[in-house]
Amino acid sequence: MSILAKHGAYKQAYDVLRASGVDPLNVRFDAVLSPTEGVIGGRKMILLGTNNYLGLTFDPDCVERAVEATRGQGTGTTGSRVANGTYGGHKDLEAAIAKFYGRKHAMVFSTGYQANLGVLSTLVGRGDHLMLDADSHASIYDGSRLGYAEVIRFRHNSPDDLYKRLRRLEGAPGDRLIVVEGIYSMLGDTAPLREIAQVKRETGAYLLVDEAHSLGVLGETGRGLAQAAGVEADVDFIVGTFSKSLGSVGGFCVSDSDDFDIMRIISRPYMFTASLPPGVMASTLVALEKLQAEPHLRRDLMRNACRLYDGLRAMGFETGPEPNPIVAVAMPDQETAVMFWKLLIEGGVYLNLALPPATPSNVRLLRSSVSAAHTTAQIDTALDVFAEAGRSLGFLTSGRRRAAGAL
Amino acid sequence: MRNEISTIFEDVLGRPVVIEDDTDIVEDLGMDSLGVMNFVMAIEDYYDISIPLDRIAQIRTVADLIHTVEDLRKGSAV
Repeated sequence: MSILAKHGAYKQAYDVLRASGVDPLNVRFDAVLSPTEGVIGGRKMILLGTNNYLGLTFDPDCVERAVEATRGQGTGTTGSRVANGTYGGHKDLEAAIAKFYGRKHAMVFSTGYQANLGVLSTLVGRGDHLMLDADSHASIYDGSRLGYAEVIRFRHNSPDDLYKRLRRLEGAPGDRLIVVEGIYSMLGDTAPLREIAQVKRETGAYLLVDEAHSLGVLGETGRGLAQAAGVEADVDFIVGTFSKSLGSVGGFCVSDSDDFDIMRIISRPYMFTASLPPGVMASTLVALEKLQAEPHLRRDLMRNACRLYDGLRAMGFETGPEPNPIVAVAMPDQETAVMFWKLLIEGGVYLNLALPPATPSNVRLLRSSVSAAHTTAQIDTALDVFAEAGRSLGFLTSGRRRAAGAL
Repeated sequence: MRNEISTIFEDVLGRPVVIEDDTDIVEDLGMDSLGVMNFVMAIEDYYDISIPLDRIAQIRTVADLIHTVEDLRKGSAV
């Protein structure tokens, strides 16, 4: 009997999954060849589940600057900024992010996960009220537990439910902070941000938007959903990550809030972890420049996203509610989901098998994320592999096609 | 209140349930985390309250739930 025996139920579920011949939580790449191609088990795969929205991971300029910075400044900072000091790269990156968003302040974190932990635990504390969308990412839930604020969930994407819950708090002391995401990572749906901003204005709450999956994806200049919805002035804090559209790793927060820099000596997930290494910051800076200088990347991305989304729907698959670079297909049950995922791998398409409890409403999902770097031929090949797998599992009947599940 | 809660359980679970004060909501009623969440939201709507996450975590039995709901309705826990 080990100390980990308490997790027996998870182990059992995982064992059942592995007994079916797959281990989607432990996929091993023999090689990654490009933003859209890798090798698994000796077989070349189209990568359709990597969040590599702008396809910049192999960009020659990003790679070159990362190499240059690594040669010049070393592989790591070997400590946090409060102990080991700030490098030029940290300041340059913060200045570039702040300028990109047109905000006074920016702060970078070592991962996107830590950005949420660090910001949420610092903005609200005991006696404050944190209003979370029920389908929030794990990093938001975890961040909510670090700061001792009262945490209240509202129904996913429901401004009315949010309003109702804020109204219930009338008269209670403490700040209110609403947290929503630009694009939700499992179904690819966006928050109704205009309506949420209106609730924020009416109730005097603060608003934080996590643009992890929408930076470089939505908005006229790629700033995300707040820009696309025209409500940037209502968003007090934007949190995001470098690990998706910018092709590296790290997180950030931008704001116009007074006293912003106090977070640097309060936020434990900022203070007590090693800061970003020079090479990562260098490539991120170049990627951010490319995001701004090459708007065609966003157009290519959305064209590919719509091609995959429309193609899957035309075949009768049940997808998320709107076409975005995250394209999720609902599976009727776990067994089918696992079989389908396996057939996709065998057909040369890698994407994410997403199972409860990581998914909203206990749905089983084949979750793909599209890149600007995908060719039309790659998207069409993926669609063909989907069609073939659907046929062999018997839920795409010829002629009148049937939906796979319910979203 | 126990009768009201029993009705809400039945709506969420879609089957008849028998509950006592010491009924364990997860163990005895076989609810998964999604079921618990839907149930909590239904309770919140019915009584026009919000149950903070840390309070939900402390609730095991029907008696705990009744106590929490009464507490929040009095406004003493805000």
